[in-house]
Amino acid sequence: MRADPAEYKLVSPGNLQATLSVMAGEPAQWLPIAGGTDVMVLFSAGKLPDRKLINIWNIPELRQIEVFPERIRIGAACTYTALRRHENISREFPLLATAASWTGGIANQNRGTLGGNIANASPAADSLPALLVYDAELTLISVRGERRVGYRSFHTGYKQTVLAADELIRDISLPRRFSEYLSHARKVGARNAQAISKVCLAALGQMANGAIRDVRLALGSVAPVPLRLSGTEQMLAGKQIEPSLIEIARKTAMSEIRPIDDIRSTARYRAAVAGNLVAEFLEKLAEGTKA
Amino acid sequence: MNPSQQSIAKSEILFTVNGDARKVLAHPMERLLDVLRNDLKLTGAKEGCGEGECGSCSILLDGMLVNSCLVPVAQAGGANIITIEGMSAHALMKPLQEAFLECGGAQCGICTPGMILAAVHLLEKKPEPVIADIREGLAGNLCRCTGYMQIFEAVAKAARRRVAT
Amino acid sequence: MMDHHIVGTSVPRKEGWDKVTGAAHYVDDMTLPGMLYGATVRSNVARGKIRKISFDPSVNWNEYVLVTAKDIPGKNCIALILDDQPCLASGIVNHPEEPILLLAHADPHKLRKAVDGVSIEYEPLPHVYTMEESEQRSTIIWGTDNTFKSYLVEKGDVDGVWKEAAHIVEGEYFTGAQEQLYIENNGVIAAYDAENGVTVWGSLQCPYYVHKALMTLFGLPENKVRVVQMETGGAFGGKEEYPSMIAGHAALLAMKSGKPVKIVYDRMEDMVATTKRHPSRTRHRTAVSKDGKILGGEIEFIIDGGAYATLSSVVLSRGTIHAGGPYYWPSVRIRTKAVATNTPPHGAFRGFGAPQSLFAMERHMDRIAQVVGISPVEVRRRNFLRLGQTTTTQQVIRENIDLNHLLDRALELSDYAAKKKRFTQENKIGARKKGIGIASFLHGAGFTGSGERYLNSLVGVEAGSDGNVRVLVSSAEFGQGTNTVLCQIAAEALELPYERVAIAQPDTTAVPNSGPTVASRTAMIVGQLVQSAAMGLKQTLAKTGLLGEEYTPEQFRAACPEYIAAHGTLKSYARYEAPDNVYWDDEKYRGEAYAAFAWAVYVAEVTVDLTTYSVTVNDFVALQEVGKVINPVLAAGQITGGVAQGIGFALYEKVVWQDGRMLNNQMTNYIMPTSVDLPPIRVFFEELGNIHGAHGAKGIGELPMDGPAPAIVNAVEDAIGVRFSSIPLLPEDLFEALRPKYLEQEVSSPVRGTA
Repeated sequence: MRADPAEYKLVSPGNLQATLSVMAGEPAQWLPIAGGTDVMVLFSAGKLPDRKLINIWNIPELRQIEVFPERIRIGAACTYTALRRHENISREFPLLATAASWTGGIANQNRGTLGGNIANASPAADSLPALLVYDAELTLISVRGERRVGYRSFHTGYKQTVLAADELIRDISLPRRFSEYLSHARKVGARNAQAISKVCLAALGQMANGAIRDVRLALGSVAPVPLRLSGTEQMLAGKQIEPSLIEIARKTAMSEIRPIDDIRSTARYRAAVAGNLVAEFLEKLAEGTKA
Repeated sequence: MNPSQQSIAKSEILFTVNGDARKVLAHPMERLLDVLRNDLKLTGAKEGCGEGECGSCSILLDGMLVNSCLVPVAQAGGANIITIEGMSAHALMKPLQEAFLECGGAQCGICTPGMILAAVHLLEKKPEPVIADIREGLAGNLCRCTGYMQIFEAVAKAARRRVAT
Repeated sequence: MMDHHIVGTSVPRKEGWDKVTGAAHYVDDMTLPGMLYGATVRSNVARGKIRKISFDPSVNWNEYVLVTAKDIPGKNCIALILDDQPCLASGIVNHPEEPILLLAHADPHKLRKAVDGVSIEYEPLPHVYTMEESEQRSTIIWGTDNTFKSYLVEKGDVDGVWKEAAHIVEGEYFTGAQEQLYIENNGVIAAYDAENGVTVWGSLQCPYYVHKALMTLFGLPENKVRVVQMETGGAFGGKEEYPSMIAGHAALLAMKSGKPVKIVYDRMEDMVATTKRHPSRTRHRTAVSKDGKILGGEIEFIIDGGAYATLSSVVLSRGTIHAGGPYYWPSVRIRTKAVATNTPPHGAFRGFGAPQSLFAMERHMDRIAQVVGISPVEVRRRNFLRLGQTTTTQQVIRENIDLNHLLDRALELSDYAAKKKRFTQENKIGARKKGIGIASFLHGAGFTGSGERYLNSLVGVEAGSDGNVRVLVSSAEFGQGTNTVLCQIAAEALELPYERVAIAQPDTTAVPNSGPTVASRTAMIVGQLVQSAAMGLKQTLAKTGLLGEEYTPEQFRAACPEYIAAHGTLKSYARYEAPDNVYWDDEKYRGEAYAAFAWAVYVAEVTVDLTTYSVTVNDFVALQEVGKVINPVLAAGQITGGVAQGIGFALYEKVVWQDGRMLNNQMTNYIMPTSVDLPPIRVFFEELGNIHGAHGAKGIGELPMDGPAPAIVNAVEDAIGVRFSSIPLLPEDLFEALRPKYLEQEVSSPVRGTA
């Protein structure tokens, strides 16, 4: 343990308004901490620069999952376990439930939160590609009020987001219109559990009259931000799936991504595997097997 | 970082540990693991990695298995905490202990408290687990000695015995 | 007379109850009144002269205890074999993370800032990071030629075999560093006072190694140093020699401060600063007959020892002796060396040189099979050692080991033939390719050659007035079953219930030196001595007429207090006696290397996923002949645990080096298998007995480390036809080997960095 707890302030206002007031009073001074599965690792390693933390683990408004006719709204401090256990989420948003089951072991799923994953903004986070293909919308809240942001525009660079210094993510809402899609997710890590992804694919597809009606592809760990492969999607729209198309899709996908060499893997490997995962998905879509 | 920064005051944190109401005076960002071990002398939870990877620090917090090295003690205020030391009365404890001893589930023993709590957590949710459930339930607990095989056997055996009684 | 046997049954682990209740007491669970916490200031350069040490004025240094090399009362070295490793660097550092200064404070949270507040200026010196650089000798960093040790083994007429060979098969094989990754980090508590000297409680394998090192460091006599082993949370060799270093550090701080000092590493420090498995390179050049028999060959084996000699000569020794595998070599020349690099010294890790050279041998056998045009199964059959033949060191095989039978049985257990046929069909389509591979090997137990004679182990057995018995050994329990097995042996010898026998906590003031807990020697050699000492105890009582030749436990219980009342104590000792016909030549490296070999055949079934280039082991059969299984559950646990580490060695555990330092020193980035990564590991034993081991037991602790890696890489080749010669074999490596040509285009501006 390389940090001195005596140097860290942690306040627990306990309700949303009081929390936002503290954050507004000293913008960018207060680091929100929910389940702590990211923050506490940095803290223990002596690498947490923030000295003032604000506890959002115990705020009821951030813990609810509400089901509306058109959308599901997930409180930002919902844990991965809560996501996995929620019937609508596992049934209608299997990519998210699957991503939740991949994040850490059970103990970390009991503490890690979806909002924490998003705000931490690591491009390797497991749940972010799923949110991209599900057209997630975030509600950001501060003392100044609330605003809606399409998840696709949330990340602006490596660990950079549009979240203002005094803002919290209040909830993540997902439109309930993907039940008829084929869903497919694959995470490639150094081992089968407790692994930071080297490449991660979340994909949805729908065929009509033998051609692609809609296809959505998102990859993690291949760019500074989680990435929707819009170029590949546009190229694929309306086409029939044949081996030649799959090869073009593979190359197009590889041209959209910018993977790097790092401590876990290499750019070349990530690129090739990303291409393979996209190809694998298209083959599955062509076969018409529902997840 | 200002080296002469004033030290943050300790605060009182109340929680229930192994059935007893306890009060500690601690800095809010002290790790729950350290408070349990150093303040309450409950040394069953161990530090193996300090990064939430090995599970040796696992405890039950409000019925949920968590890595206590990743929980700031302030967040445990009001919680119901159970460590390995508080498990002796738990219905699953005797079958698990016996099974671990019969099957060789504990070698060096350092992962064992966390492993048993993870097994309890699993069996409470899945009383009749198949091998895939056991593997998944224990995936957050690293064991370097056993290669896991005898741990799986022990958990499966404990589950069978529990169901039988 | 007992009507049942204790040896051979799965009695419960002697200290098991404490372990399953969380009551077991490890170093970090212990505190002493007034205890301080220690930390180490370490080098951040690979090699350099220390020019200046500065202390940040914003730290209140008066609060801290500071120790430098100048404070060392005795000799500034960690006494082991060559005594070249300083306890604290003074003047020069030779590897990153080398310890230079020590600090202690009552509040452990105050240490990090102080450690960071020490700035050291170095005058850099030329450094060497790899074995290849080191053996080139353009930069000399150790001794006169960077070579800690070398061996030459010669048998037969190597130079004469080439002209007869139908095939000459060459190969080069590499193994990487591997971190022991015991779940309990290194830790120790030390106390010092003028009257008693140094006392150390630690997580360790060899109390007397630490004892010897502390005597040298402090210039103290035997009776002024006390070492006590605490419950130890895994070791695997990583706590064989390293504890002498951390114990020295804590003891120096205790001496300087007059207070007890605890040093427990966190995971990051333990991984970056302590020992790892020696990386290796093996080169084979083999003369083979047209039907695949080895006529002779040359084996060159080199290991990277890191910056100081530590145990490299002994690791090299074992790697050398095992380099020829379980095969008959009519002629062979084995040239080996351990070289220095400016990295933290490498050290003991389960297998100790054998996993490295056996990886090469077993990969090479599959290569020979390919060249000759026969199967991997057949090539082994044609070369297996048999009764009466000699090993590469010309040790005569005196037991009737039938390796063909072992191979047959392993093939049957793994359904090898049917699977091979099925895989050939199934592999024709799809992205998942399956393969099956074998490894056959041996592992010598105990110290090499005259090593056991040199250790001169002593063991005691004591009975109390309550009639209960205690085993007195310095052999440590760290999960592998020492306590249980030695109590089983004693109980059986004394014909008492297992519950009546306990084992003393290893404490150098209370137990004799039964040798280090290494080299798979405990059950076999120490167990034999425990049996002798127990028999001696029986005889002592019999001689006084207090006990008949046959007796009940109650009669034993009654006899003890009577004897003790008359004689004071009831103790019996047994000392190691080398067998007469065991002859070893240390100069020529020839003769009876080990008192016993265990033999094994392992079979690995893998799936190679060509979408992700990852290898998964789906099934694993581990069949071994081990003399005698003393405790079936414990023995099986040793095998499954060792196989799991072997799978890690092969496929997952890569140490990423940067400037001589481990870059991935966190559990997030150093990957060991979890419960969802390992296949069912199916364990089977055969028992041929062993005249040199307790109840016929041979050592088994390290054996399972030797087989998995080559079996797996053989299986990968079977699956996809690509020959890999280096481990760990990561998906990125498979990808590079398989990279389709049309993907030659580079990915758009890859950026080097960390995510």
